[in-house]
Amino acid sequence: MKIGIPLLIVVLLAAFAWVGTAYLQWYTLFGIIIPYAAFTLFVMGFVIRLIKWGTSAVPFRIPTTCGQQKSLPWIKQNKLENPSSFGGVVGRMLLEVLCFRSLFRNAKTDKVDDKLAFGSAKWLWLGALVFHWSMLIIVFRHLRLFLEPVPAFIQGIEGLDSILQVGLPLLYITDVLIVGALTFLFIRRVVIPQVRYISLPADFMPLFLLLGVAISGIVMRYGFRIDIVDVKELTMGLATLNPVAPEGIAPILFVHLFLVSALLVYFPWSKLMHAGGIILSPTRNLANNNRAKRHVNPWNYPVDVHTYAEYEAEFGEKMKKVGLPLDAE
Amino acid sequence: MAKLPNKKDLLNFELGVGEKPWMDTPTEFKDGMYCHGAKPKTLEIVGMPNTHDWSSSDEDWNLPENWKEIILDGMADRVKKYRSFRLFMDVCVRCGACADKCHFYMGSGDPKNMPVLRAELLRSVYRRYFTTSGKLFGKLAGARDLTEDVLKEWWYYFFQCTECRRCSAFCPYGIDQAEITIMGRELLNLIGLNTEWIAGPVANCYMKGNHVGLEPQTIMGNVEFLMEDLETITGKHIEPSFNRKGAEILFVVPSGDLYAEPGTFTFMGYILLFEQLGLDYTLSTYASEGGNFGFFTSNEMAKRLNAKMYAEAERLGVKWILGGECGHMWRLVNQYMDTWNGPADFLEQPVSPITGTVFENAASTKMVHITEFTADLLYHNKVKLDPSRNDHLVVTYHDSCNTSRAMGLLEEPRFILSKVCNNFHEMPDETIREKTLCCGSGAGLNAGENMELRLRGGYPRADAVRSVKERFGVNTLANICALDRASFPALMDYWVPGTRVMGVHELVGNALVLDGECERTLDLRLEELPNRKKPAEAAPDAAEGAGEPAAGEGGSHV
Repeated sequence: MKIGIPLLIVVLLAAFAWVGTAYLQWYTLFGIIIPYAAFTLFVMGFVIRLIKWGTSAVPFRIPTTCGQQKSLPWIKQNKLENPSSFGGVVGRMLLEVLCFRSLFRNAKTDKVDDKLAFGSAKWLWLGALVFHWSMLIIVFRHLRLFLEPVPAFIQGIEGLDSILQVGLPLLYITDVLIVGALTFLFIRRVVIPQVRYISLPADFMPLFLLLGVAISGIVMRYGFRIDIVDVKELTMGLATLNPVAPEGIAPILFVHLFLVSALLVYFPWSKLMHAGGIILSPTRNLANNNRAKRHVNPWNYPVDVHTYAEYEAEFGEKMKKVGLPLDAE
Repeated sequence: MAKLPNKKDLLNFELGVGEKPWMDTPTEFKDGMYCHGAKPKTLEIVGMPNTHDWSSSDEDWNLPENWKEIILDGMADRVKKYRSFRLFMDVCVRCGACADKCHFYMGSGDPKNMPVLRAELLRSVYRRYFTTSGKLFGKLAGARDLTEDVLKEWWYYFFQCTECRRCSAFCPYGIDQAEITIMGRELLNLIGLNTEWIAGPVANCYMKGNHVGLEPQTIMGNVEFLMEDLETITGKHIEPSFNRKGAEILFVVPSGDLYAEPGTFTFMGYILLFEQLGLDYTLSTYASEGGNFGFFTSNEMAKRLNAKMYAEAERLGVKWILGGECGHMWRLVNQYMDTWNGPADFLEQPVSPITGTVFENAASTKMVHITEFTADLLYHNKVKLDPSRNDHLVVTYHDSCNTSRAMGLLEEPRFILSKVCNNFHEMPDETIREKTLCCGSGAGLNAGENMELRLRGGYPRADAVRSVKERFGVNTLANICALDRASFPALMDYWVPGTRVMGVHELVGNALVLDGECERTLDLRLEELPNRKKPAEAAPDAAEGAGEPAAGEGGSHV
């Protein structure tokens, strides 16, 4: 059920787009209305989520420190794993966002009879890194469809991505990598007992959606060899807010576009928002400098305490007997 | 306390998962794995809400009628007050990186002790009542209703977490199960569901100044005993002052160091050091607790107990505060105290009166960790040490969770150990520093009735100790945490017999050469120092020492 339902949903979504364009000719719906609506919902949803998180207070400065603190001048501080300044925090966040630093720490714990063994476990880190970087490059590559003239750096990325010079049209390295990485992430989710046990349908849904997007895109490019000029006419129309109903393009494009739209709509309400969340994570984005620089809790309020005077009132006699000084005298 | 299971039975499990999906697996309350419920009269001392008679082993917990409303309102309030809570409810991708990082999972194989799943216990309820997808799709979206069974499951598992943050170090988004456990316990406390082991110390600390409930005359009596022992050991009579106005430094220790072995040996170590330095310090009977079980109850309770330190520092008119060896005390001093009860503008930026070192990292809080203070002294060669007095000890060092992952105090204690003992070996890399394994008894779990839980939680650490015992003959587990000192002796007796548990300053106290002390034949535990020279042979050395000029200069060529 955890796997079947999300898979079925993605297959149905793809089939819906195919039927809707190949047989029902709903080009305006799939080519214009849905992409605009999806993009709008994505941006709004993303912003709403960030605002929701952003308006929750950060009462305490609670970084998880993963290295030596700043203390005595002759003790070497680990400025990236235990930052005490804004610059250090930026460095730490860049390492987390770009290199998945914490995931790189991963190790596997095994129990062999009555002993524990810790082994290296970098596969999750590698799979996740390959997926995310491929995704980023692919998104950049797609910008050529929405910009005219195509900026040089996007042409550069595209050139590098197809540097193997294999096949016609040229094979993009990231196309292979993203499918490989997503497949790996799917397989480990099914094969590793603990991960399968904790998985929800919401963990498979994004995998299938992303795989659907990637595979439909690959099939479109290498299988159907769809005419890029027609596609660019559609995408430029969308980008310039002057959309033209794109008739006569192969349905596979609309499958691809519809799955992308579905992903955009799904994104802000799902775990995929970890993309925005990591930036706001209080255990990572705060400096460990509380003792040097006071952090203010916006909702700090006075509380009842047991004062010294009350304490002395209760224990004064006993204190006097053992010679402790009293305020009351 | 029930008879303990033997090791073989205890370790007869695999790091696996359940047969049925976790939501369909009912929680079984296993004896030895949980604490007694809090009694109403204990909770009432500090005015906690909705106190009632109940027992964790009963079917009916006598919950207040509107308990569900209270919990859900409490959650709604807290997602606004704590970004960590809302974010950590939302962004988990269940990648599983944390799954095998928790000492309770490693020691029990119970899948609900995987940090991700312990968080899902709460997250599933959050989804049901606070997210659109959860409201619409229910179980398909990983959501479930809040029922009495769910509440009991929370109680069972949120008191099987020591808030050690190890999972957080490995999480790609820094999701911290400690934050989730803290919120979970706050919610449970809204309806009177604390444990007596936590509620009792909280009430004691509030009324009497320390968890154990030591009254002022008892504290003084205990310390007097310890000073008698020190006189036997060193020949010197020492009288620490209490509640003394005008002292330069207020010294606050975890109360465990005042009354129970082996914490008392650590306390004796502090006092010897201060005596040698001639430090102008005082202890307080009112602020006689560095630790804070309030933190295992609610943020507000923690703040109420913590307030005493600054209040007492202000009343006594000291310049700054020095804090003893304690784990969660230092999490709070480092990350909470100034925010709760500061600004401490009645204090001055701490400066070591011996070395002149300005503790810049404590500029605002005005509180210095004893190992920062001592490391600075030893770096500047301000005291004379004889590390050979610890030669019978083969030492390893246990980083306590809080000082490593909520502070980063890693090198200071290691530097001290490098100066005060000759035999030191680290445990495996995966088990120390930011990856340190918990003692399994932190966050208020060091009770007696849950001993099996503690043995299980302490097993990964113990296994690392075992490995260095086998390789290097390690027989001493040094640490800077009162809970370690309270809990490890029993755990070591069970898992790695023959391992002593020692605060770093006990080792300092052994090695420290005092001006005018007698020839030491006893360590701080009043045990014979092995391989000491006979008094007759030692005499020439002593004579030499006596012939030297004042100690300040003598220290420079150590």
